[in-house]
Amino acid sequence: MTVSSGAKRSAVEGSRDETFKLTPRDPSAPLGMTSRLEGELMEVSMGPQHPSTHGVFRMNVALDGEIVRKLKPVFGYLHRNHEKIGENTSYLGSMPYTDRLDYFCSMTNNWAYALSVEKLSGIEVPERAEYLRIILAELTRLQNHASLLGFLLSDMGAWGTPLMYAFREREKILDLFESLSGSRMMCDYMRFGGCRVDATADWLARAKMIVDAFPKFLDEFEKLIVENEILIARTQEVGKLSADLAISAGITGPMLRACGVNYDIRKVDGYGFYPRFKFRIPLGDHGDTYDRLMMRALEMRESISILKQAFEQIPEGPVINPKVKIRAFRPAVGEAYGRIEAPKGELGFYLISDGSPNPYRYRVRPPSFINLTILEDLCLGHTVADVMVILGSVDIVMGEVDR
Amino acid sequence: MMESLEQIKARIETNLPGARIDIVPNPGPSQQSSLLVDNEHAVDVARLLRTDPTLQLDFCSNVTGVDWLDRAVTKKVKVKRVVEGEEKEKEEEETQQEKILGHLEAVYHLYSITQKHGPVIIRMRTADRAAEARLPSLTPIWRSAEFQEREIFDLYGIRFDGHPDMRRILMWDEFKDYPMRKDYREPDDYEYEPTPHDDVLEKAKQHYAPRPQLDGAENITAQK
Repeated sequence: MTVSSGAKRSAVEGSRDETFKLTPRDPSAPLGMTSRLEGELMEVSMGPQHPSTHGVFRMNVALDGEIVRKLKPVFGYLHRNHEKIGENTSYLGSMPYTDRLDYFCSMTNNWAYALSVEKLSGIEVPERAEYLRIILAELTRLQNHASLLGFLLSDMGAWGTPLMYAFREREKILDLFESLSGSRMMCDYMRFGGCRVDATADWLARAKMIVDAFPKFLDEFEKLIVENEILIARTQEVGKLSADLAISAGITGPMLRACGVNYDIRKVDGYGFYPRFKFRIPLGDHGDTYDRLMMRALEMRESISILKQAFEQIPEGPVINPKVKIRAFRPAVGEAYGRIEAPKGELGFYLISDGSPNPYRYRVRPPSFINLTILEDLCLGHTVADVMVILGSVDIVMGEVDR
Repeated sequence: MMESLEQIKARIETNLPGARIDIVPNPGPSQQSSLLVDNEHAVDVARLLRTDPTLQLDFCSNVTGVDWLDRAVTKKVKVKRVVEGEEKEKEEEETQQEKILGHLEAVYHLYSITQKHGPVIIRMRTADRAAEARLPSLTPIWRSAEFQEREIFDLYGIRFDGHPDMRRILMWDEFKDYPMRKDYREPDDYEYEPTPHDDVLEKAKQHYAPRPQLDGAENITAQK
């Protein structure tokens, strides 16, 4: 499955190590409106308080007129050393704190952490819990991708309306999370060896209803995106990323697949019960912002297909492994790295246990932090307005970037 | 199927004579053991792992640091002894204390996107936790290490030689210490107390106590 390309726009050349010399200025010549300062770079600090930087994120940009010649991302404003806090608390104590990493996708954060601890101490998960996890992860993917598209359109100047459409759908899913876990965004739902509470038949019926109605919203929303002339002009051929660079820079998730690289951890690792499900992986072929955007739209369709299968297949049974100790939980000495396909990319947790109740090392591999590595490469040669669109298509959440 | 670590080790040693590779076993149930690579050959080993047609570990997923303080490991060793009066040697079990000097470690989790296998975990160790806390950078091999190595430098104080842009990334540039180190003490200047007592006094005492582990580490600064 590939994304069709529409109208093309020529990309502006730019390289990473370009340098510029200041041209000698004639002090006697007056600066007129028409005279252009050749080669003079202006440094602008974009952010941290900028509506389209998605949080407290700053970019030091060197501009040649309107063209970006240098860009250095600056972050850490939200840094609270999550990893150190994780090392000073028990294994279970970190579970609610993982919600605060990527606060859009607390369910997938929970799952990634639970999966790593389960790997570390060899815990089995009951069947119903695995199904519930898949349902919740795919619901998370739906609401994350929908709101990302809304934010992106908002960044492009379609102020408000598309975002509100997306948030209307997201709100329905958050209501589901709330009725299941007690909280809309900070769900703290998963536990080592299963899930905290069981979903009632009523809840599943309601979830099914929302998922069944979702394609109608998608049809409408995609129509807004796919054929919109302005959007095509703003996104196609903007911020192109080659497959080789994407792989080398460790880009994961929809951003990697937009370059045409077939790598989805749900398929590769087959964690949880994903091998039991039939779904396709959408792949782009240009690696530009438009493809990255379309990846999200197409992935939502596949998520809906996974959800429908899950609602049919979900068995009865316990949702948590009763053998797992809740108090005084001490995994055996060793280390483990577990990862899942979070909506933003590969979310991994690397844990080292020394046999004590606290992890010796607790490391989060944050997808949006690593996806920012090539932000400069993407933006060079483009205009300032494109930077906002490119940054939006990377899909970052500062809670996860800064940790 | 991916090769076992022993096979990978043998492959590296035939291709790069002189490289010292040790297998670090993982006693836990996750079965993720790792390869300890010596610092002189680390870049060559990394290049080999990336380009070797059977491995093709082109995706460096996770890069992180680990801090190990000085520690003593008690080992049970079988010792042969000649017991007086008897002709035979006798085997006895003896507990020995082995002292491991503190060091910092960088851990790389490698996967292959083309071959869809992994992880292969490689580690590098610094000589000590102070002046010699430096390692070769693997950013020239995998670009994804760029920000993550900066993060290790920021939080653990390992300087990566050959990194294109070795600056702090999460903390501010003027920050002095390395917060993820195990002996890091948070500054006590947030609570000014002219006559400290009780908890605050304890904290103040701790804060001004000498930290031999960090002596010389202040000299680890960013490359200009």
